[in-house]
Amino acid sequence: MRLALRELRRRPGRFTMATFTLAVLAALLLFLAGLLDGLYLGSTGALRAQQADVFVYGDASRTSFLRSRITPITRDTVSGVDGVAEVGGVGLALVGARVPGSPDLANAAVVGYERAPRGVPEPPAPGQAWADDRLKADGVAVGDVLALGSAGVAVEVIGFVRDTNYLLQGALWVELGTWRAVQNANRPDARVADDIVQVLVVRGDGSASQAELAARIDAATASLGAGRGATSSLTKADAELSLPGTREQSATFNQILGVTFAVVVLIVALYFALLTLERVPLYGMLKAVGASSRQLFAGVVAQAVVVATAAFVIGALVVVAGAAAAPPELPLTVEQGRVVSTYLVLVVCAVLGSLASLRRVVRIDPAQAIGGGS
Amino acid sequence: MTTPLELRDVTKVYGHGDTAVTALAHATLSVAHEEMVALVGPSGSGKTTLLSIAGGLLHATSGEVRVGGRDISRASAKQLTDLRRDTVGFVFQSVNLVPFLTARENLLLVDELRGRRSKASRARADQLLTELGLGHRMGNLPGQLSGGERQRVAIGRALMNEPRLVLFDEPTSALDTHLGEQVMKLIRAEVKGRGTAAVIITHDERMTHDADRTVHIVDGTLNAT
Repeated sequence: MRLALRELRRRPGRFTMATFTLAVLAALLLFLAGLLDGLYLGSTGALRAQQADVFVYGDASRTSFLRSRITPITRDTVSGVDGVAEVGGVGLALVGARVPGSPDLANAAVVGYERAPRGVPEPPAPGQAWADDRLKADGVAVGDVLALGSAGVAVEVIGFVRDTNYLLQGALWVELGTWRAVQNANRPDARVADDIVQVLVVRGDGSASQAELAARIDAATASLGAGRGATSSLTKADAELSLPGTREQSATFNQILGVTFAVVVLIVALYFALLTLERVPLYGMLKAVGASSRQLFAGVVAQAVVVATAAFVIGALVVVAGAAAAPPELPLTVEQGRVVSTYLVLVVCAVLGSLASLRRVVRIDPAQAIGGGS
Repeated sequence: MTTPLELRDVTKVYGHGDTAVTALAHATLSVAHEEMVALVGPSGSGKTTLLSIAGGLLHATSGEVRVGGRDISRASAKQLTDLRRDTVGFVFQSVNLVPFLTARENLLLVDELRGRRSKASRARADQLLTELGLGHRMGNLPGQLSGGERQRVAIGRALMNEPRLVLFDEPTSALDTHLGEQVMKLIRAEVKGRGTAAVIITHDERMTHDADRTVHIVDGTLNAT
């Protein structure tokens, strides 16, 4: 293996093309993964921020925030379910926000809440909002009074929070009364009464798993009748994936990432197969002087891993630099965990690709070194 | 003391049935300590096959092969790998050296394959290269050495593991006559000085003067002279 590493050091030019090709693929992988994460995180921030185990929707809503309605009777029933520790109401309205001094409308998700999500302070006073810092790109600043929707409901921004968006729209966190005011003024066809919320966020007491708790809640509310208080509950993870397009988006990106990883395997396999072919005389000589197939193959694997690592570093630097320079509208998020997992999968692909050379290395006849061989 | 190399009635047949070709027929050969045997024959006479069998690169079809007293006729691939690494030294006609290793590193290669790296090995490599007149070329890559220098490095590598037997495959074929004679004298000096046995393949009769014995091979059959 030391021999293989020395070759890398002494003859880097031989590995330049493979490193460059893999660097392009690594950058593509990280870019795609960054988009996937950016889209996912940008879509689900308002849900992920909730300190909840289960999201409870009205059974007729097909787990849609906007269609769902929860009545006080349902809420009381949910609160009484064994294993439920805390219940909070949430309402959501998607509107255009007119920002002072800006000619364009900013897309905003007005989120009414009772229980403070992670990173969001307690509900502000009526007519005030905590704004997600995504809205800064639209020119929103602390002290601005935004006119929400066609009705122009006024809401004053009193501070910023992070990573709480809904479907890539900047969240405005308000108390439930303000949300109802925005909803009822802008969507008279979908008015909500003072005691109605759209979704309940439920935190368990730890006695049941999230899935068990969701099942218990739906079982308890079933007696209220379909469309009359029965619920459809999801675990937090399922609630995130139930957002429109999120599951399909993730599946699509994951398939593209899978195909790209397969291309990495093919590139490594092809490159090292050619390199091994070129090295047959050298490997024959090395076997003749006592190198085992295991030693030679370990060298091929080591070279593949080093090339993949160097390529990944180059690709990662390009993507990190690109992400820093990217416009805020581009949902590109470079997550540390994703970078590590992409690197590990890339290395596994490099090892798998190098396996293509195994058979050839094993079959090299040391007698070839002196022109013999059977 | 055991004989470094003994071949008894060794036959090697390539292929089967109608396509079978006998490359070596009932060869018997013994090489003693400090003995230098020149194996001479035309192309296709079986020289390389004999050398390959003697060095554990090929299995004989029949007969007995003993290297350092050990019967390797039915040794496994791993046992033969160990034998080549620990007991036999090779000097090949071509692809002699690892191109990205310096002269010194090429000598240390055998120890690296053993997973060893010691000061003693480095000192031995330096000493060998100095003895071979390459003290000033230790840090040079093969591409920076002349043909004669490369061949001397290869000889040094073959002697590095203090083998009982060194097998030379036309070590002078790429050299001019003068340089070839120099290399042969060097081989003789190294073999005699270290108690090593050597078999040298050559098709050039002029290179046999330094050998203790010359064995001719024609159509796979040995004729000692």
